[in-house]
Amino acid sequence: MSILNRFLVVVTLFLASTFVAASIQVYHFEDPEKEKRFAHLTQELRCPKCQNNNLADSDALMAEAIKDIIYEKLKAGESDEEIVNYLKARYGDFITYRPPVKPSTWIIWFGPFVFLVIGGFAIFRFVASRQTKDSPIQTIEVPEDNKAMLEQWRNEVDASEVENNETESNKIDVADQDNVDNDISARSNAK
Amino acid sequence: MLESNKKLIYILPFVLFIAMTVLLYTGLGKDPTKLDSQLIGQPIPAFEKTLLLSPDKTISEKDVQGPALVNVFASWCPACYHEHPYLMQLTQSKTVKIYGLNYKDKREAGLKFINDLGNPYDLILFDDNGRLGVDLGVYGAPETFVINSDNKIVYRHVGIVNLDVWQTILKPKMFPEANEQQEQGAK
Repeated sequence: MSILNRFLVVVTLFLASTFVAASIQVYHFEDPEKEKRFAHLTQELRCPKCQNNNLADSDALMAEAIKDIIYEKLKAGESDEEIVNYLKARYGDFITYRPPVKPSTWIIWFGPFVFLVIGGFAIFRFVASRQTKDSPIQTIEVPEDNKAMLEQWRNEVDASEVENNETESNKIDVADQDNVDNDISARSNAK
Repeated sequence: MLESNKKLIYILPFVLFIAMTVLLYTGLGKDPTKLDSQLIGQPIPAFEKTLLLSPDKTISEKDVQGPALVNVFASWCPACYHEHPYLMQLTQSKTVKIYGLNYKDKREAGLKFINDLGNPYDLILFDDNGRLGVDLGVYGAPETFVINSDNKIVYRHVGIVNLDVWQTILKPKMFPEANEQQEQGAK
């Protein structure tokens, strides 16, 4: 089979799949608000047959049966809560993706926050312990007669920074205002 | 920092580790596709359904009398074909009444299923829109419910019924008294 033929087969199959997808059942609502609620409910509720698929995405026959029921109940004017409770009475909490807050689900609702607090406390204690006197990091007393040497060293560092600024013209230290002015005048002269 | 506090901080991760291990270990080996029925202890839901074999006859929950099995099947369900021969065998023993619920099926397809494989059921309810199935919390066929003499649901089995399932799970649920007597007799 030539490459072109294969390509045509693939394209045809893709087209065919869109026709199949178009044949799924569509629920018509006169009230756009109810249509919105239907879309919301079928997305929030889980298909009991499937492990992780909501009703809206499921083509399982039983998901279809539940969607029919939701559709009828919405048309009959039942509230979202009534519909969810109706299904919960038959399929349990599994039907909803939001488990209710009760002792057996405390771990999923509050567990992450408990671990966050424990972790935060541990980090806090760790950092605090490093700042106490007996920690290995200590401040060094500078003797009085070394102060002059330190001052000289600082000046040297400053001077080398100025040199750096001249070579990398995109890094201009605000403190070196004179230097900046010189730089600008030098550039305008060049023009 | 207090000495006891320090100890606690060292022990805490270990305790959490043990707790997580226990929690996760109990979850191992559980089949997440098996859901507990919400209807245990409740009477069978009200319904009005036609019979698969006689479309002009309608029956309600009052026409059902336990103790019995209610077997949910459909022609589109591969495991139902697998299960059917055992149901035929079970019904021949005449110890148990079996109601069939032809779930979300087309009548011709359901009839063909019964005509091809035989009819082990006392009555077959035809649930084309799946409403009774939803009322029973059915999420996949085959499912088998055990109902007692008060027409209350005692147990729900998901998956096929075979000799082992019948003898070890369904029969003791259906005839708890007989089971106790047997056990006493064994002693």
